[in-house]
Amino acid sequence: MSPLSLELGLGLLGLVLLLVESFASVPRKLIAYAAIGGLLAALAVIVSGAAGSVPDSLKEFYVVDPLALFYKGFAIIATLATIILSLEYAPIIHQFVATHPERTKEAGLGEFYSLPLFVCVGMMVMASAVDLITIFVALELVTVSFYVLVAFMRRSAASLEAGVKYLILGALSTGLLVYGMSWLYGMTGELSLSGVAYKLAHWEGNSAPILFAVGLMLAGLAFKVGAVPFHIWIPDVYQGAPTPVTAFLSVGSKAAGFVVLTRIVGTFLTPGSVVAGPVIQILLILGGATILLGNLAAIAQTNFKRLLGYSSIAHAGYLLVALACIHTGGLKMTSGEVAAFYLATYLPMTFVCFLILSAMRAKGYGEDIASLKGLGRANPTLGLALAIALASLAGLPLTAGFMGKFFVIFATVLEGYYTYLAIAVIGAATGFFYYFKVILAVYSKPDGPSEGPTPDLGLLSKVSLAVFVAAILVVGVYPDLIRFALVK
Amino acid sequence: MSLLEIIILLPLLAALVTWLGSPARITALAASLLNLVLVGWAFLNYQSLHGADGAMAFRHARTVLTSPHIQFAVGADGLSLTMALLTVLVTLAALWSLVDKERIYYTSTLLIASGALGAFLCTDIFFLYAFHELALIPTFLMIALFGHGDKKDAAWRITIYLGVGSLILLAGLLGVVWYCSPEKGKLTFDLLALKPLAADAPYAKYAAANFFVLLVGFGTLVSLFPFHSWAAPAYAAAPTPIAMMHAGVLKKFGLYGLIRIALPLLPTGANTPWVQHALLYMLLGNILVMGFVTLHQRRLDGLLANSSVMHMGYIFLGLASGNALGQNGAVLLMFAHGISVALLFMLCGRLRNQLGTLEFDKLGGLAANAPFLSLIFGVGAFASIGLPGLANFAGEVLIFLSTFKNFQASEGFTFLQITTILSLWGVVISAVYMLRAYRKIFFGQPSAGHFMSDPSLLQRVPMFLLAAVLLVVGLYPAILLNVVQVSLAATGLK
Repeated sequence: MSPLSLELGLGLLGLVLLLVESFASVPRKLIAYAAIGGLLAALAVIVSGAAGSVPDSLKEFYVVDPLALFYKGFAIIATLATIILSLEYAPIIHQFVATHPERTKEAGLGEFYSLPLFVCVGMMVMASAVDLITIFVALELVTVSFYVLVAFMRRSAASLEAGVKYLILGALSTGLLVYGMSWLYGMTGELSLSGVAYKLAHWEGNSAPILFAVGLMLAGLAFKVGAVPFHIWIPDVYQGAPTPVTAFLSVGSKAAGFVVLTRIVGTFLTPGSVVAGPVIQILLILGGATILLGNLAAIAQTNFKRLLGYSSIAHAGYLLVALACIHTGGLKMTSGEVAAFYLATYLPMTFVCFLILSAMRAKGYGEDIASLKGLGRANPTLGLALAIALASLAGLPLTAGFMGKFFVIFATVLEGYYTYLAIAVIGAATGFFYYFKVILAVYSKPDGPSEGPTPDLGLLSKVSLAVFVAAILVVGVYPDLIRFALVK
Repeated sequence: MSLLEIIILLPLLAALVTWLGSPARITALAASLLNLVLVGWAFLNYQSLHGADGAMAFRHARTVLTSPHIQFAVGADGLSLTMALLTVLVTLAALWSLVDKERIYYTSTLLIASGALGAFLCTDIFFLYAFHELALIPTFLMIALFGHGDKKDAAWRITIYLGVGSLILLAGLLGVVWYCSPEKGKLTFDLLALKPLAADAPYAKYAAANFFVLLVGFGTLVSLFPFHSWAAPAYAAAPTPIAMMHAGVLKKFGLYGLIRIALPLLPTGANTPWVQHALLYMLLGNILVMGFVTLHQRRLDGLLANSSVMHMGYIFLGLASGNALGQNGAVLLMFAHGISVALLFMLCGRLRNQLGTLEFDKLGGLAANAPFLSLIFGVGAFASIGLPGLANFAGEVLIFLSTFKNFQASEGFTFLQITTILSLWGVVISAVYMLRAYRKIFFGQPSAGHFMSDPSLLQRVPMFLLAAVLLVVGLYPAILLNVVQVSLAATGLK
């Protein structure tokens, strides 16, 4: 079985579901269940190792290495979680999409359930792409699908504003990326990353044009992952977008950006590369600034979604620093694998937060941190799950989040980047402050005298919540679980 | 499952069961009693079962990560068993003294106990660090949610100070792992496999800096001057069992870490003159500056909180002495201080509950109606001053003597000895504020409107337990020193 058939299959499924949505009047939940079924089947193929290899003729464009398989699995799990989250959030979507919410019952929901499949296909192709054109096409598939998803709640001004902002800045960053790619192609005459790497290692003559190309490409990708100073769009878009899309953006879109960054940076840092020094410096400075700004700006936030937006910026900073630490032999992991590990720990904790946020929202609560007050008493299970996820985001030991930070901090020690070690430590300490603020709210008494409805989750969400919390705790004490998947 | 794993996981399990809804008091007390029996058994049988060489016993390891090598490894020697004994004693007393409290008090106390036991009994640096952090979370939350007075401010302060301190500590620990792993490229967190490579030429230049980072990291956790300002507000604000657990047990983790990790692995760092001098100045800050701050307290909770910061200075002096006598004294004082401060905080909580105030000016003459309470408070207060016959005295006298071990009359006093002489004034200061507080609260003119009665027989048990330990160890310190001494020698401390 060719691994490409997975992407083709999921893409086809997405198209069929869109047609069903348009022409058949089935309950929309069935569309979501069909998507979930398809994703589970694809995940089973990847986990069982039946994905096979690609023919030699494709190897210039598309590889299937452990890293690619890891990110493919990651994309599928993130999409699964997003669709489950969407089921939870469906009432809100419907309220803001349908022209007459009281007359139509499920208008617009089918598209909302099937669009994530296309993002998933894009991310899966991207995981394997080793060619500038393939990378670009896959990245655009992801981004264009996200444009639609972010602005999906068309009767909500915030969602529309977020959509426009994301569209304009996304287009700008795509422009930068393509411009950089065309310069790179112009200078090296190569489109495949291996070809570019060879040319960079044997470069003679002026390296300024190459640096220009590299700088543009890194800037374009920094937009996608939300690194400072290209992070401005993140808080607004995160706050305005429908919550499942925010979750998907913060995990899926970030992972997509980082798999490309891993491949491209790996190319730039190939031994003997003429741009290796500047690229490491750029990554470190971007990463350091991102950690500091993301964490410091998060302190003042009162909206939980916005806080998670800033926290996602901060996490991007750690990932960038991880990518810059290339001498990680002592960890028996490459820098890309450290970043992948970090992302894998980031996925469950973020989705737990968003799952609970959706559950609160569906019961009419606001998205402020203050509206979480009393959750610990109203629904102790959700309260505990959120507390664990937040502790993990803060990087407390014995949780998955700590292991991610642990590897990054260890990498900076091995590399001798003590400045960035200090920045990472300061950032993590700041994180303690604002994540604990939220935990404290969870266990405080509610402000109002009356008790609102008890937030609760559907069965599928409960199962995924349990899986994610278990993952946070198990990986926290047994990190090799993820590493075995990563380092085959 | 090995014995030590059961000891660590038992409180955790009890916390979980309590959280799920089992009868809180019975579950918690049963678990902590059982744990006291288990730790007591291990303590008493340590030497007979495992020879007298002071090595790690009851060892067991499960690999968690292959590279770098991280194991869930447990093991105990005289030092860890002493600290574990302290933990289970204080835990039992703290849980027993809870009256009519919500479930979360039991859960959090058990969680802290589990974290502390894990920190003291793990022989892998990773888990040693991680368990300590686990114990901090309930501490922060309980102060913020159920504290007294300015609880939010105190909670934030302790969260940030200890959060930053732990991260500095993490950086220092990673440095140790990096410098001391026996083979490059094969990093290990196994304490027993790490060799003091830092003495080798290529690493020697980092040893002092690395030791200092560890000193700051661990020191923040122990409220070493000038990183101490979280401690007094936090203890004054904390709910009673939390104050007992943190001031009595968890705080000792920083000192334990210095003795277990920093001193044996980075001996050259510890012996560097500038590091030694820095430590001496800082501990003088603890004893003298904090001593004067304590003198000016007007409330009992503030007095106990500040005095517990002050007494850390003596323990650091023991570590700074650089010889076995002082280190033995330090360990003894860690144990004694843990018991005595837990006892005092327990009584302080009782006074607050019954009287509603802790200000000296409003209290007086309580001994008339509460003779037992005043007797027990006296034992705690006198122990804390360092009255001979109580456990703290044994520790302090060993520490003071140790610094004069190599005294040569012809060479005059060294800086260490001058520090000791100045520190001795601390004893006078402690005597002044403790006796004054004791007199004001329990003797003199009874104040109107404040009536205090003795606790019921059942509630006297935890007080009696801690007071008896102070007395027994004070009169017969060899009960601890016998096991501590050989183990300290075996870790390679000089």
